[in-house]
Amino acid sequence: MVEFMRDKACIVGIGETAYSRDSGRSELSLAGEAVRNAVSDAGLALNDIDGMLRFEVDRVTEAELAASLGLTGLRFFGMAGPLGSAACGLVAHAAMAVACGMADNVVVYRSLNGRSAQRYGGGATTRGGGGNAAFWEPYGMLVPGQWAALSARRHMQQYGTTSRQFGAVAVALRKHACMNPRAVMYGKPITIEDHQASRIVHDPLHLLDCCLETDAACAVVVTSAERSRDRKQRPVYIRAATQHLVSGGRPRHTYSDTSAYELAETPSRYMAPRLFRMADVTPADIDCVQLYDPFTPNVIFGMEAYGFCKPGEGGPFVEAGNIEGPRSKVPVNTAGGNMSEVYLQGVNHIIEAVRQLRGVSTCQVPDCELVLCESGGGLGGLILRR
Amino acid sequence: MPDPQLPLPTPTLDNLEFWQGVKRQELLLQRCQDCGNYTFPPRPGCVVCGSTRREWVRSSGRGKVHSFVVTHQAVHPALRGKTPWGIVDVELEEGVHMISNVVGCAPHDLRIGLPVEVVFEDVSAEVALPKFRVVA
Repeated sequence: MVEFMRDKACIVGIGETAYSRDSGRSELSLAGEAVRNAVSDAGLALNDIDGMLRFEVDRVTEAELAASLGLTGLRFFGMAGPLGSAACGLVAHAAMAVACGMADNVVVYRSLNGRSAQRYGGGATTRGGGGNAAFWEPYGMLVPGQWAALSARRHMQQYGTTSRQFGAVAVALRKHACMNPRAVMYGKPITIEDHQASRIVHDPLHLLDCCLETDAACAVVVTSAERSRDRKQRPVYIRAATQHLVSGGRPRHTYSDTSAYELAETPSRYMAPRLFRMADVTPADIDCVQLYDPFTPNVIFGMEAYGFCKPGEGGPFVEAGNIEGPRSKVPVNTAGGNMSEVYLQGVNHIIEAVRQLRGVSTCQVPDCELVLCESGGGLGGLILRR
Repeated sequence: MPDPQLPLPTPTLDNLEFWQGVKRQELLLQRCQDCGNYTFPPRPGCVVCGSTRREWVRSSGRGKVHSFVVTHQAVHPALRGKTPWGIVDVELEEGVHMISNVVGCAPHDLRIGLPVEVVFEDVSAEVALPKFRVVA
């Protein structure tokens, strides 16, 4: 099974809209622009797209988007989740679809007026106490930053991780964003003192521990390896792709289950061995990482989970400069990530991975051949190769 | 105009018994009759082994703070003027975790490991919430 999928599909097109705090446009319009750009980047015509996949939380349905683009031949479509964690999983689905012949060219998209409309940080995800949300919303636990803060405090207690170490993540990713003119935070560098002085939002997290709220759309086009030879861009091969829901009802960041668990343990820890095995590579082979970064502690958890450092050593690891800059030990989120580029929930990470492998990143890692990309703290993962 | 209120539980067929128990001032947990594990929140099958042989057992109500967050941003109208607002993850003696609040404890006094026990707070004529207080 693993052998069957390896390198059988490629990302051949990437597209995005401008990244802003107030797009002034509908999410449907943004999605259409991102898809048009990705299709054009791939050297395809719109009607070559016969598959379409979306996040379960995306308010733009594939039917509406297809209609808006004049697509008449869609023969593969669907969605994945949970919440904003779908990006890498959807690329996995797309890879399977094109490898199996369900579709020839599948587009994965995310469109979100995440600042001007649906603000996740402002309680927009509240479900009004229905279902399992009844077990946390009545207590004032309403937004993702609070969930992350619980995990962060556990990690601090267990390993002595400090707020300044969380800050080191924010500073590194902002530095990368300042090399990327598309980034919302381009031209706005920060220091560790800025991080420490930023207001406390959900203690122990400061404002600068949190990702952006932004308006934008991103899309990628996945094609079979065979077909990719005709495309205008150098294909980026999907060497490994997988999803992971931890047994026991986890991930606990959605608090769908609060049975025995460790808060600072992410699904990545379980997904990582399979992902590396599928790709037949080790962490030492990875040239850079595009890691889901809704909050700074997630980057520290990720460094540990993927084996770039030992459990509990993520804080000192990032503080020592190991993720900052294109020549660091493990360059992380070289376009700025959700923290400083744009909050497109992992599709922007995939786009940056593709840029790295095409050799056109604004923070280019020398001789970049293998990129690890994840979404949702390990709910989905990809290893992409040149 | 009444003060805005945090979302109240809307019981479902899977957890109605839990909420009815809370209204009677009983903290009920589901235990698996096959593997013996407690799971929470309530659901039709065991989160550990998948068995549907469930039984409701009264919890000791005792536990300790596993982690906590102090929210300074009023992310809901009901929290305006009430921040900083403490939210805890309580690990009950039975091994399951519950998100809740510790009443009578200032947010800056919260600590991991703090021993707590359940108390019940009526929030409407029909609904009560399990909360916790510090054990002296």
